[in-house]
This record gives sequence, structure tokens and C-alpha cells, in this order.
Amino acid sequence: MSTFRSIVFSSVIAGFIVGLIVTAAQQFGTVPLILKAEVYEKAAEHKHEAAAPAQAILVHDHAEHDHGAEAWEPRDGLERNLYTVGANILTAIGFALLLCGFFSVRSGATGEPISWHEGLMWGLAGFAVFTIAPGLGLPPELPGVPTAPLLSRQIWWATAVLATSAGLGLIVFRRSMPAAIAGVVLIMLPHLIGAPELEHVETNMPSSLSHQFVVAVTLTSLVFWSLLGSLTSGAFAYFDRPAWA
Amino acid sequence: MSQSPAAQTQVMQSQVTHLPVATGRVGRLAQSLMAMSLGLFIVGVVGFSHMDVIHNAAHDVRHSNAFPCH
Repeated sequence: MSTFRSIVFSSVIAGFIVGLIVTAAQQFGTVPLILKAEVYEKAAEHKHEAAAPAQAILVHDHAEHDHGAEAWEPRDGLERNLYTVGANILTAIGFALLLCGFFSVRSGATGEPISWHEGLMWGLAGFAVFTIAPGLGLPPELPGVPTAPLLSRQIWWATAVLATSAGLGLIVFRRSMPAAIAGVVLIMLPHLIGAPELEHVETNMPSSLSHQFVVAVTLTSLVFWSLLGSLTSGAFAYFDRPAWA
Repeated sequence: MSQSPAAQTQVMQSQVTHLPVATGRVGRLAQSLMAMSLGLFIVGVVGFSHMDVIHNAAHDVRHSNAFPCH
């Protein structure tokens, strides 16, 4: 079986399983908090409209721009959850393809298959790169909390991900003092520059709710990456087997 | 200068055996990079698209993964 096909097969299978499990975990962890936050979000919008009827049109326009009130959105309940399952599975498959690419390059270089334990380590690296590092500057946000413009946050997010993965790569694979120092500096760099943020944030969101959300996101993400790393490596070792037999 | 038939066979064998190994390794790297790009593309569309429809469909997942949303 060609390498590409082995990677895709293992990623789709592992991504499907992890996507389903993580959706279940989110139903207990993050989703109830998102739904609670939307109550505050809607209350704040109504308050704005009631307090300033002259500006109601303006506020309404703003809401439409931000949340796409005119655009299609899934109905609450089953439909919304089905799209969540789909998006979770696709995200898991996407990240699995990324991990599996590394597994394939590594096992090609060492001549040995990747063990599930090594896969778990790679998964934890993914957790550090994609959750911990960007989350330091841009903590997981609930809907309805005012934030800096989307594009600027996405650019900073991507910068933090690139710098952290390059930094970890230097530390783990170069094994020299200068490379280790450069790696640590690289990991710190986006945080020293600082993530984009608003100067004044006014919100009716209780801070305890925001804090609970940060914990819930971090824990579900830990489950996601641990499972994805170990399951993807296991599946890839199986499908890539003929190369080692 | 004429080489012995055995030496000639050896030269041919080494050519025959080494070339596929080299291309095989390049192929593995290229295929891995292709899969990784595909993965990043999928995550990019699901988690970072500015299109309202994709945003609304993947809304809860974006928030749950702490991707910048809204």
C-alpha cells in the first residue's frame, strides 16, 4: 500500500473515532457552557436595543455583521449537534493527517514503526502547540465576549503555533545547547510580542463562567490529542505494516 | 580497459538496487508532505473560514477548540 494511502486510511479511521468521543466529551464539558453564554449574549443584545432605541438599527446591523444573523445556521438541538459531530470528525481527521505525516517521515528515517506510546508523545506535543501555546495569549473565548478583530487574532494564533512547533522541534531533534536556547526563545517570542486584545472590554459574562470554559476546553483538548496521537500511530503502524514485514 | 564479467554484473547490480531505494525514500517524504498539507487545509476550512455558513455550522467546535471565532 502506498504511503499516502496508509496515511489517509489511518487518519480517517482514527479521526472518526476521536471525533465521536470528543463530541461526547464536549456535550458534558464545553457545550453546556457555550449555551449558557449565549443566554448572556442575547440578554446583552436586547439590553442594548432597549436602552438605545434610536440606535437599535445600528446595533442590529452590528449583530448581523458579527454573527451572521442573515446567513444560514443550524437549528438548535439535533441539527446543531449533527454539524458539531461532523466538524469534530473533520478537525480530527485533519490533525490526524498532520500527525501521521510526521509518523511516516520518522518511521521512514529510523526504519521502525511508531509505537502507540511514541504516538501519544506526538499527540501531547500537538496539545502544547495547538492548545496551550495559543491559549496563553488568546484564552478560549465564550460567544458574546467582545474580542479584537478576527483576522488579527487568527494571524497571532498561527504565529504562536508555528513558533512553538519550530521551538519544540529544535529542542527535541537538535540536542545541542544553542539549538535548545533558540528553541525556548522561539516559543516565548509570540507571547513577548503579545496577542491582539481590546483596550476596554465591557461584558455581562460572569468571570466564573469564562474560567470554567478555559478549564473545560483545555481538558477536552487533552483528551482529543492524547487519543488522536495514540490511535493514529496504532492505525498507521497497522496499515504501513507491509513496508516492515 | 576491460572489466571482468563479474565486476560488470556487480556495477549493474549496484545501479539496479540503489536507485529504487533512493526514489522510494523521496516518494515517502513527498507523500507525507502531501498528506500533511491536506490535513492543514481541512483544519483551515473547518476552523478558520470567514464564510458565515461554515462558521455557523462549525460554531461550537471552533469555540471548543479555542480557535479564534466571531
